[in-house]
Amino acid sequence: MDAMKLLTLLADDPRASVTDLADILGESEEEVEKAKNDLEKNKIICGYHTVINWDKTNVEHVDAYIGVAAKPERGTGYDKIAERIARFPEVASLYLMSGTSEFLVSLNARTMREVADFVGAKLAPIEGVASTVTMFVLKKYKVNGVTMDLKEEIADDRMIISA
Amino acid sequence: MTMNYEKLLSESARRMRPSGIRKFFDLAAEMPECISLGVGEPDFQTPWDIRDAAIHSLEIGRTKYTANSGLRELREAISEYMHRKYHLSYEAGDIVVTVGGSEAIDLAIRALVAPGDEVIIPEPCYVSYEPITTLTHGVPVHVACLEENDFRITAEQIKAAITPRTKILVLGFPNNPTGAVLRHEDLEAIAEVIRGTDITILSDEIYAELAYGYRHESIAGIEGMKERTVVVGGFSKSFSMTGWRLGYACGPQPLIAAMLKIHQSCIMAAPTTSQYAAITALRDCDDDVEEMRRQYDLRRQYCVRKLNEMGLKTFEPRGAFYVFPNITSSGMNSEEFCQKLLQEKHVAIVPGTAFGDAGEGFARISYAYSIDHLREAFRRIAEFLEEHKGE
Repeated sequence: MDAMKLLTLLADDPRASVTDLADILGESEEEVEKAKNDLEKNKIICGYHTVINWDKTNVEHVDAYIGVAAKPERGTGYDKIAERIARFPEVASLYLMSGTSEFLVSLNARTMREVADFVGAKLAPIEGVASTVTMFVLKKYKVNGVTMDLKEEIADDRMIISA
Repeated sequence: MTMNYEKLLSESARRMRPSGIRKFFDLAAEMPECISLGVGEPDFQTPWDIRDAAIHSLEIGRTKYTANSGLRELREAISEYMHRKYHLSYEAGDIVVTVGGSEAIDLAIRALVAPGDEVIIPEPCYVSYEPITTLTHGVPVHVACLEENDFRITAEQIKAAITPRTKILVLGFPNNPTGAVLRHEDLEAIAEVIRGTDITILSDEIYAELAYGYRHESIAGIEGMKERTVVVGGFSKSFSMTGWRLGYACGPQPLIAAMLKIHQSCIMAAPTTSQYAAITALRDCDDDVEEMRRQYDLRRQYCVRKLNEMGLKTFEPRGAFYVFPNITSSGMNSEEFCQKLLQEKHVAIVPGTAFGDAGEGFARISYAYSIDHLREAFRRIAEFLEEHKGE
């Protein structure tokens, strides 16, 4: 079983059924199931997520990116401080970056107030955090490879039968 | 009406048979709920970079005719591409840019065939070689590519078909509708038969980019063949650009010059916007092509497995985006099978006979569709087979 091939298939479509995957890969369903479980167990597959355009719902939703300037610690570098930030459930993603600030935190919250509270009460006070710059998302055009609110492309206007 | 067109139309136009594809199209078009596996074009959108190049060309006002043979920059890009991909060396002057691969086929046949000249056409094959041959008063000589030979044409078959009047050997591989390909040893064997004759090879390589698990090789690359081969290529299948109507022919100078004369008279020049887009396609879109090929390859394997599982013996194609299952186990002929499948299960596939008599006993299924679409169509085909079991 080609685990990398399975991985690309799941990256394309996390909802692909084991039956389809088996048919495409020319393997048995059991083998595919097992390979998929192994990938999950080894944390190569870390999760399956849904891309939602919250703007189209009535649900209040605010996304923010926060640049965090931080000082590394002797021995552990940035890892310890990163761990402290990552533990907060509000934090959707956390990256160590090149450029002006060390970390980039993304936050999915309900209101701007919530973001402000998080930054003021939880993030900024962390030892080693020197400063923060908060940027609010105004409009989303593309998320995880999916375009939003762009002019829709025609689905399929091919002739039914052609040579 | 006082005009009697039955009498007025030229005999050759009247004698043209409506294509088997057309007949099925008309039947299927009456069924709005039908799901189709019948297309001969990719489902992918033209890669954005290509569309962007076209838009840009319009913005800056590239809206005039190009040189008859096509933009020099495009012909240079084709020249580089042919070298990079297939190790073929053609100068920009050995290339004519056409309205789709089909125009290139038309030009080649018209430039070569005189009344009574024979054109060897291995079947099943793309539907246009025969009518164009007939229109030029040439004589089509059909040779059947057999399932037991993996639908390849063999050197022996070609040898047996050659007469003193043979003018052209058509090779359409990777093949529509079978998905068959010719490998190096097949090409060598064919070259051995053709070497020393006056026969020109019309090598329709429109599906060259869609080869699975091997790299396409052109017969023009075999020793002694370049001087007698016109290679037809195009953008429709490889770059998902069917609607842009752009192809090309590369070949020996005197032949290309003759083709260009015909092209000048009936076309002038291929569409300008498409030509600018095509430069980007050839130079910047290898990754897009690779991704499309990867997707087709997954579907190809899916189709072969599913069809064999439901009892339709299906040869594993190595090129294009079609599978060509053997439907004789159903007890029906191709036409009957496809018609009943359409009427009873609303699935449109094309009878093998639409691609020549050699297609009897088979049907063409296109996998230029999503897996979801294929799954539903196969579910219906399996049901259909079950309901007709033992008939």
